[in-house]
Amino acid sequence: MTLNELANYNGKASEKIIKEECLSSEETKQLFNNMKQRIVDMRNSIERGLNSKQPSITGMVGWNAQTLWENEDKLASPLLKRVQAYAMAVNEENARMGKIVAAPTAGSAGTLPAALIGLADHLKIRDEELIAPLILAAGIGQIISKTMFIAGSSGGCQAEIGPSAAMAAAAVTELLGGNAKQAVNAAALALSNTIGLVCDPVGGYVEVPCVTRNAFYSIHAISSAQMALAGLESVIPADEVVGAMASVGRLLPPELRETGEGGIADTATARMIVLKMAKKT
Amino acid sequence: MGLLDVIGPVMIGPSSSHTAGACRIALLARALLEHKPKKANLELHGSFAKTSKGHGTNLALVAGLLAYYPDDERLPKAFDYAQKENLEYAFSIKDLGNVHPNSVKISLENDNEKICLIGSSIGGGNIQIVKVNQFDANFTGSYFSLLVEHEDQTGVIAKIARVLADNYINIATLYSARNKRGGKALMSLEIDKKPDSYILDYISHLPYITWSRMLPEIMTGQNDFK
Repeated sequence: MTLNELANYNGKASEKIIKEECLSSEETKQLFNNMKQRIVDMRNSIERGLNSKQPSITGMVGWNAQTLWENEDKLASPLLKRVQAYAMAVNEENARMGKIVAAPTAGSAGTLPAALIGLADHLKIRDEELIAPLILAAGIGQIISKTMFIAGSSGGCQAEIGPSAAMAAAAVTELLGGNAKQAVNAAALALSNTIGLVCDPVGGYVEVPCVTRNAFYSIHAISSAQMALAGLESVIPADEVVGAMASVGRLLPPELRETGEGGIADTATARMIVLKMAKKT
Repeated sequence: MGLLDVIGPVMIGPSSSHTAGACRIALLARALLEHKPKKANLELHGSFAKTSKGHGTNLALVAGLLAYYPDDERLPKAFDYAQKENLEYAFSIKDLGNVHPNSVKISLENDNEKICLIGSSIGGGNIQIVKVNQFDANFTGSYFSLLVEHEDQTGVIAKIARVLADNYINIATLYSARNKRGGKALMSLEIDKKPDSYILDYISHLPYITWSRMLPEIMTGQNDFK
């Protein structure tokens, strides 16, 4: 199934994703149970992340989520603060070698749970209602993965945070009542605005800029959902956006694909940090 | 890729491809041996070589060799556990040629057996085994995988397929390669359910079969290792 076929489905996008799986009723039940457990695992990682200031192995991150969470909400925008804090909580837990749910990767693990669970907590929506949107998110990721490897080493950060933001955007759209067309539009809008992001982690560690990037792109996903729910459409159809992203991925030199040799990783300060760490170990 | 592979795996951080994927490749390497390995040689290629330390790739690989799954909380301390289990291991960097950037060659041995494989971590924790011993291979750990090494003779593949069919076991994928015509060949079959042990025993005693092994499905649940 293509994203455009999904968009043309008359109803909830998650229904179509489940139909395509050709599952027995027993298997469908199992899928729902497994996804429910994924939400529990996501919640646990958020919880642990918000309650810890333990630095990561490198000492570059570890306290951002809790610091933001405990800070005064000067923007008077509790949703923004909550979602950003949740995203960083997951990714800092990840950087500490804690247990997380890859969604679709570990480096991009914060975006989807922050957008979906963060919004649900803000609006006091029960976890049961998050299962179908989560299945939709998985389906979107599955379709994207048929065109490109979802990995920073294959297509840069856009191939990780792009799909995660697109998945989150679609999930949030469905959670708030959007139909299949709107959900796919949200995904296309999110994806077309992540194209070009390079994977340039300092020292090759999934920490800088990864932790804060997840906070930014969880909000990006919610913005995309807001636009799609209002009826805004992506001029370029979703499948073509995925194709464009894949071709940009192929154009990226190895230095910008998770090798820690270009971009932010190639700055004087980043090099200094890496040297200092090498001396310590 | 299944829906639960996209939203998943549940794993110890920090990288699905460099930590969880690495652990899974090592799990399959471990499963190629009947009993625990005593010595391991791990050759890291490409991005695995360049950024392995920062991603805990080395820890994850050793954890997999200890039969730990990617969500096992012992993973960050895998080196300590390896010492307790008397597993000797050595890492090196090597260009493995035309393979995915996240690849590793794992050579294992114990008192009875010696095996090696090349596996690639292709994104989101998904993996692909591309070489087993001297043969090209193609399986992913998403299914039970039956590996059969045999002499390159007419009808061996048909025979194996027949045995599986007679036992109502569906084949999802099948890959076969030989070292030379009339030499030896290896087939890797991904199958929808685990065959009873007597079926494996039967297969191993068929003519021309020189070695066979059943590898567990490693993407969803925990499986037992000897």
